[in-house]
Amino acid sequence: MSLASIFSISAMLLILGLFFIVAVNINMATEAAKQDYETVQVYLQDEVTFEEAQVLIDSFKRIEGVSETQYLDKETALLQWKAKWGESGYLLDSLGNNPLPNSILITVSQLEAADQVVLKAGKAQGIEDVKYYKETVEKLLKITNFIQIGALIIMVFLIIVAVVVVSNTIKLTVFARSREITMMKYVGATNWFIRGPFLVEGMLIGIFSALISVGIIALTYSKISELIGQDVFIILSTPMVPVSFMTINLISIFLAVGISIGACGSIISMRRFLDT
Amino acid sequence: MIRFEKVTKYYKNNVGLENVSVHINKGDFVFLVGPSGAGKSTFIKLILKEIEADSGSILVNEKEVTSLSNRQIPILRRSIGIVFQDFRLLPKKTVFENVAFAMEIIHKSPRTIRRQVPQILSLVGIANKASKYPDELSAGEQQRVAIARAIVNNPTVLIADEPTGNLDPDTAWEIMKLLEQINLRGTTIVMVTHAKDIVDRMNKRVIVIDKGKIVRDNVGAYGIDVFETPSCQPEGGVFSQDVK
Ligand SMILES: Nc1ncnc2c1ncn2[C@@H]1O[C@H](COP(=O)(O)OP(=O)(O)O)[C@@H](O)[C@H]1O
Ligand SMILES: [Mg+2]
Repeated sequence: MSLASIFSISAMLLILGLFFIVAVNINMATEAAKQDYETVQVYLQDEVTFEEAQVLIDSFKRIEGVSETQYLDKETALLQWKAKWGESGYLLDSLGNNPLPNSILITVSQLEAADQVVLKAGKAQGIEDVKYYKETVEKLLKITNFIQIGALIIMVFLIIVAVVVVSNTIKLTVFARSREITMMKYVGATNWFIRGPFLVEGMLIGIFSALISVGIIALTYSKISELIGQDVFIILSTPMVPVSFMTINLISIFLAVGISIGACGSIISMRRFLDT
Repeated sequence: MIRFEKVTKYYKNNVGLENVSVHINKGDFVFLVGPSGAGKSTFIKLILKEIEADSGSILVNEKEVTSLSNRQIPILRRSIGIVFQDFRLLPKKTVFENVAFAMEIIHKSPRTIRRQVPQILSLVGIANKASKYPDELSAGEQQRVAIARAIVNNPTVLIADEPTGNLDPDTAWEIMKLLEQINLRGTTIVMVTHAKDIVDRMNKRVIVIDKGKIVRDNVGAYGIDVFETPSCQPEGGVFSQDVK
């Protein structure tokens, strides 16, 4: 009976969790990218020597609007990442081989110069990839916005469904005890006194659902970051948000949402009963 | 104690009560009689504020019931005990628990409950049945439990809705003696009944309602003659519908 409620709240929380994870990860990548958006990072192929790199640097320096250039070898780059991620830096230890390439960092004072740099890098030899964050940042911001709005709409819908399911479940218990409730009212019990046990039932349903869904998400997420964490790091230059951070945040959010849904459901289920 | 002043209550197509004024004093023992659909249930529901009057004033213990907020309704009901034709005991609770239940609801301490429940059970004459379940008791005993539950919190008014409707004449009369005894302790009693013999024998104040109006109010006999319809079968009871 209350299994249906637990199932429905859990399903809702799982979807909420999915949105949360995606949003947090995108957000993190966006934030990271934002800081560097006036920089163009040119990744060099492994064969390119330091001297060849200097030639490339000189050619970039000649572009008007380029204010600074810097050669960044892969070891320094990794150290920088570790510093940047502070406490979570240990995550990078698990990467084994340093996946970062040598690169040239070009800081521009005018944004048009960045386009020039990208153009030039495209033609030059020995260049693996060009990271130009402005577009990425804008794209990410758009995606984040879209996901947030979409998630909000779906969440509202799912919360309503969950509240309805819970209130129907509890209504069954309420009907089963209607004699007792009627008697309680005649003897002068306050509405909150009568609601008490049903409220507790609703909130317990919420707590169970929260724990179940946090468990599922923590397991799945740690598996996923184990499997693709390294790829994500290489592609986005951002580690995935750590499992522990995710779990701690989700558990408080899920408990709050689960308990609220349970409580609302039980209050709604008794509304007609307690009218007079 | 209970004072109705020009109280009117209409339902969609029916008259519940129409311009009723009546005064029941503290310590009174009053029979409320009348044919089915006369307005007896309406009268009682108005006292308990289960329904709202359309107009008029209703005083219970000097408090205006019509202007009570929802929050104050439980307080009103704590000063009124109720007994039903069908006892309405909770089947899964023992006699003791059924009575204790009424005290728990108003947050009485377990110590007080342990002390007072046996006292009230012996007052209603079933001290030895405390650990029995309702289905192990006779109808008369069940009604005694219901009465114990109704008076355990010392209400000023006891409303009895056909309390003898399910009892044989001898048992009914014993219950009446018990009610009279409770009345002698100072509790006002308002009893809805169709039992002519009981009303005649008790010789108390009789309020006769018909078609939403009080048609007679005096001390004495049941006075069947005032009803146009001679059929006065017991009905489902005032509270047969669930509280909305
Ligand atoms: N909830 C209701 N809706 C509509 N009409 C009602 C309702 N309750 C009672 N009535 C009508 O009001 C009149 C008085 O009813 P009631 O007070 O129950 O009478 P009694 O208890 O004396 O039999 C009857 O005509 C009855 O049909
Ligand atoms: Mg009735």
